Amino acid sequence: MVPVNYYIVLSAILFSIGVVGVLVRRNALIIFMSVELMLNAANLAFVAFSSVIKSFSGQIFVFFVIAVAAAEVAVGLALIVEIFKSKRSIDVDQMSSLKG
Amino acid sequence: MVIMTLDLIFFLALSLIAVATALGMLFSRNAIYSALFLVLNFITVAVFYLLLGAPFIAMAQITVYAGAIMVLFLFVIMLLGAEALPTTEVLPWQKPLAGLLAATLAVEATFIFITRARPEGGIVAPDIAVNTVTNLRELGNTLFTQYLLPFEVTSILLLVAMVGAIVLVRKEKRVH
Repeated sequence: MVPVNYYIVLSAILFSIGVVGVLVRRNALIIFMSVELMLNAANLAFVAFSSVIKSFSGQIFVFFVIAVAAAEVAVGLALIVEIFKSKRSIDVDQMSSLKG
Repeated sequence: MVIMTLDLIFFLALSLIAVATALGMLFSRNAIYSALFLVLNFITVAVFYLLLGAPFIAMAQITVYAGAIMVLFLFVIMLLGAEALPTTEVLPWQKPLAGLLAATLAVEATFIFITRARPEGGIVAPDIAVNTVTNLRELGNTLFTQYLLPFEVTSILLLVAMVGAIVLVRKEKRVH
């Protein structure tokens, strides 16, 4: 039997690693992947809690989070491709002007 | 107090893999290695979902995250040739500050969860062979009765995302 706290601590650690990725890396794709890692950490906490209270609501919420993440990735990657086309770079430090 | 049961050993080994692959994603210089580390991380988390008695979510995780989303990532990385881009350091103090902030967040979150820990919140490994079919049936029932409206809204969201992605990368026809 694994206490639910262990899952929550693991989720917190994974979330923090995602935060480090967003704050430290300059490559827009890696930042995007770190955001996915954070979503995933939140999902793990959802499923852990839903398993403790024996309810499906948490799992269904995770299902919706996965669907929204898929939509987000489609639009986000399209944006990154567009930025790369105009600037020849996906370094976030280069994205400092609003005018494309 | 803590007895090292088989469950616990399995959990610790898996969480070691999860944290190691997350760190590998973070520190790889090559974006393709990062993506592949993240795939391994997602698969590890899918195994956690199986341990937690959520087989449907585990399979959705593997097909959607590890399958579709990460393949899209790899596709874009290779399309842009963005495996190893030269980096420019604009803010030299940013990295130590970011590390400090994230470490603070991790310690804070862990501290809260440990101090608020309740002994009754244990997760017993579910009897997969007995539970899976009824589990899935109940999950489907809940999804298509109580959560029917959000489910339908999700389909609209996916449609909007699809149209949005196409519009964004379409060649603009300039009218002069």
